[in-house]
Amino acid sequence: MRFSGFGGTYEGSSFAELLEIDQPQMRIAWSQLLQQTGAAPIAAPHGTTVLAFKYADGVIVAGDRLATEGYRVASRDVQKVYATDGHSMIAIAGAAGPAIEMARLMRIELEHYEKIEGEALELDGKANKLSQMVRANLPAAMQGLVVVPLFAGYDLRRRQGRIWKFDVTGGRYEEADFDATGSGGLYAKEVLKQRHHSDASRAEALEIAVTALQNAADEDRGTGGIDTVRRIFPTVLTCSHAGIQSAVESEIESAYQRSVAPRANPRMEHRGAGA
Amino acid sequence: MSIPFYVSPEQVMQDKAEYARKGIGRGKSSITLEYRDGILLMAENPSSLSKIGEIYDRIAFAGVGKFSEFDQLRKVGVRYADVKGYAYSRDDVRARALANAYSQAMGDVFTRELKPLEVEVIVAEVGDPELAGHEHNTIYRIQFDGSISDHENFCVIGGLSDELGSFLQSRYQASMPLGEALQLGRAALERASNGRSSVPPQNLEVCLLEKARIGRKFRRLATDELNQLLAG
Repeated sequence: MRFSGFGGTYEGSSFAELLEIDQPQMRIAWSQLLQQTGAAPIAAPHGTTVLAFKYADGVIVAGDRLATEGYRVASRDVQKVYATDGHSMIAIAGAAGPAIEMARLMRIELEHYEKIEGEALELDGKANKLSQMVRANLPAAMQGLVVVPLFAGYDLRRRQGRIWKFDVTGGRYEEADFDATGSGGLYAKEVLKQRHHSDASRAEALEIAVTALQNAADEDRGTGGIDTVRRIFPTVLTCSHAGIQSAVESEIESAYQRSVAPRANPRMEHRGAGA
Repeated sequence: MSIPFYVSPEQVMQDKAEYARKGIGRGKSSITLEYRDGILLMAENPSSLSKIGEIYDRIAFAGVGKFSEFDQLRKVGVRYADVKGYAYSRDDVRARALANAYSQAMGDVFTRELKPLEVEVIVAEVGDPELAGHEHNTIYRIQFDGSISDHENFCVIGGLSDELGSFLQSRYQASMPLGEALQLGRAALERASNGRSSVPPQNLEVCLLEKARIGRKFRRLATDELNQLLAG
């Protein structure tokens, strides 16, 4: 049934398709835009470390806050980790504009489906939907606007945390324990490989996440560390059966103290005192 | 060639209205009322097909009459709201604009189509103290012919709306806690249910727009919680 004033012909439950069919002017076709402007692959802000791993109650996702443009800082406090609904999260790596747009679209997509259908998608269904979005971005990825997210959440049916990574073609790979991506992902992964264990408490998981991010920031110029002067901390979300909880500043700071303090070099203190 | 009958427009409208009223009158009523911490929407509904739904952060929908028709209206409402929120901002999605759109669409069907919609709907929006100009709750009722009205405190749609309305009028108090509001709503629905003395909680569909929630303020009450609230 059509109703005048509402317009549109789409009758399904996907928001992305609704935009594509009924509101094509609102859908951003990155690839087309690049072609029209005749621009060569552009240096959009990127460089990132985001990570996810399982802990005792579910899954934890964390990401740094720095966005770079070549050698310059584009922003010190961008958000790369988002809750997509009550039990799932996305962490984005790659070109900032399309990546943030994808996270936003994903969140609306899940909410839209839930409202239209009266029940939420299964976690598998959500991961599959994201995979389609990543695939839709392939032409733009070939022109330089790569978006490769991490997706994680608590599967209420299986009663466990789950993690997926994606490649530019929309390939979706479920990870058993942990994963990290972005320019500093490798350094974060090294830490996770050593320290991660699936029965870690939330506090311990926070500490591992902060240590891994800090290690990445140490080695990779594209990843931001903890900035105690400006009070900029990584985004850390945990997801358990009860839902998503965002780690507050004080929690992250104390995790940082615990992870960094033991490694402080006594000589540094001496030098500081002498200066 | 067949001889065209002349039927006066008045007669056509009257017949359509009567047809629509009959259809709506057969169904059960649905109640929307303001309580201390938000807006309560409830309906007697033993089936698993919902009569109440979430539209957006602060907006809920309730329908009575023919399920397929009001559910279609609910879905176009969700699409309308999500597209608007995507194009502008989440705070720009407002009940008044949506209620107007429903009014237009339902009025249009009433005048143009052979068969009018056999539905009545409610669009309710919970106020946000932080949002200047939108601190207060609003409740809109849109009838089968597109006529629209706004209501304070409470609103009843469906079969015995006038009777239940006067029942609520005599008992409604401002700023009731949730438990009391639920009792009152159930008492009203019981009056409508053909002399049956009680409507068991599992036959009630109850949803809330809770002022204090962050983001999406709509919540569906599970039977367990409903039992507790009605007992307490």
